Amino acid sequence: MSDMITLPLHAVAHGRTGDKGNRANISLIPYVADAYPHLLEQVTPERVLELFRHKGATDVKRYDLPNLTAMNFVIDNALEGGVNSALSQDLHGKTLSFMLLGEVEVTVPKSCVPAGSRYL
Amino acid sequence: MTVYIGSGAGFAGDRLDAGVPVVETLKTRDGPRYLIFEVMGERTLAIAQRIRMRKPELGYSPYLEPYLRNVLKAAKEAGVTIVANLGNANPLGGAKRTHELAKELGVEGLRVAVVLGDDLLAFMGPDDIASLPTIEGVSIDGKEIVAANAYLGARPVAEALKLGVDVVLVGRTTDAALVLGPLIHEYGWGEEDWNLLAQGTLAGHLLECGGQVTGGYFCDPGFKDVPGMDELGFPIGEIAADGTIVITKADNTGGLVNRATVTEQMLYEVHDPSAYLTPDVSLDITEVTLEEVGKDRIRVTGAKGNPPPDTLKVTVSADGGWLAESEMIYAGPNALARARLAADVVRSRVGKHGVEEPVRIEIIGTGAVYDNDASDRERQKNMPMDGEYRLRAAIRTLDKATAQYVNDEVLSLFCSGPAGGGGYRCNISGQVNTASVLVPRGPVEAQSRAEEVKP
Repeated sequence: MSDMITLPLHAVAHGRTGDKGNRANISLIPYVADAYPHLLEQVTPERVLELFRHKGATDVKRYDLPNLTAMNFVIDNALEGGVNSALSQDLHGKTLSFMLLGEVEVTVPKSCVPAGSRYL
Repeated sequence: MTVYIGSGAGFAGDRLDAGVPVVETLKTRDGPRYLIFEVMGERTLAIAQRIRMRKPELGYSPYLEPYLRNVLKAAKEAGVTIVANLGNANPLGGAKRTHELAKELGVEGLRVAVVLGDDLLAFMGPDDIASLPTIEGVSIDGKEIVAANAYLGARPVAEALKLGVDVVLVGRTTDAALVLGPLIHEYGWGEEDWNLLAQGTLAGHLLECGGQVTGGYFCDPGFKDVPGMDELGFPIGEIAADGTIVITKADNTGGLVNRATVTEQMLYEVHDPSAYLTPDVSLDITEVTLEEVGKDRIRVTGAKGNPPPDTLKVTVSADGGWLAESEMIYAGPNALARARLAADVVRSRVGKHGVEEPVRIEIIGTGAVYDNDASDRERQKNMPMDGEYRLRAAIRTLDKATAQYVNDEVLSLFCSGPAGGGGYRCNISGQVNTASVLVPRGPVEAQSRAEEVKP
């Protein structure tokens, strides 16, 4: 298993946040399709809930889209009240996708990191 | 036959000139061609409603004129039909303004239609609206209702197009209706052609945010590179009678369209991907397939449709008081210690003054946007003391004087706070709170109608 490497998600996947009320969704899409099963196994709803719990998140659901090699996290109450009541600089939670990408680490084969990546 | 639908704006504030190359491109295509502008958010409508209360001829989007000015003449000459929610809280007023603009620009014979009936306050009392059960957002019971608008579907948009007009202005419809409406009009899709309606809705979802599907809000240098972002090309959807979509973009522009850009936009603001609810269809994207069929061309197929719910979503807006924000920067040696002391001073004084509402006091540069109101993560981190840190205070309050007071406490750090603070900036902005409620569709849809507005 010497070809395995542990890196932030940002090295292997991309995503975007959307918001509706006090509910955020974050898509997660690996650059290399072979990374998908590793992400399914390691980026669990429980881990994502733990990441956002300090902001008040109460529940995370993960929807898997194998056709698109993508997953969609729906996070309840992660927006500190959303645009109605949040005091954060980012009322819509637009920046949260990069929090997920930066702060959750995964262990994947090196071949799942795009060639030329600065993480290699 | 192929229907071509381009986007000229994905939000109120999008580039004013983005629609120009889209019209230039559509000019060279054969078949029905449309240009959409999507500029409404939950709050823009409430703000527009307030403006309309003060000046009844206003309340349409303040972006109506700047967006249409750049494309109206070229679109009319090329036979490109404009479908836009620039009507906002007053589509009739917007239509009147559009005619004036046409006259000014020398556009002759322009015909404009509007879709009406989304405004619940026109036929329901505020008390009846306030008593509806809230599914999302703040409780509205007992608050002054500023606006209450139902999300209409694509059928009234198609009705408006049947009038043979050059411009259709709507208020609150689903964003996707701006695209599905023209497709229903051109192809005659029936009310139970679920999979076709699903493909049309998906086309709308992909196009409604403008450049977000062509590399905008996507680029991450070194990871997801996008060429020519200063001239980002806005998207064009090519939709066939069987619902097959090709997403591409305006000719001779920057940006890109690939599987990754389309996938990110497809999941944007989606919750359960097997049930994206609209008044026209419940969209299921779990079996969608994306194929690269050329440079900057992605074919999208496989959306499935199910019957929509028998209720419509209504956004209700109420007065939300004030949001005050103020900032001061500290830089150089020991900057973090000075910023932290400034935060403690403001916290102490605001507390002693008896401010009851929560005040967020944070230090930008410490990962504040990922932190919570109590700055719990910042306290646990070992940040470098030297550097550049910006104090920020924020409060929401119904009392404008309290909002001003908190800003003034940050301002007073100039002479009474730690050394070297500078760059004070502050803002107080009026807020609108929103809630979503569900209403039975029958009575609302009975009110919805399309009509031509003559000059």
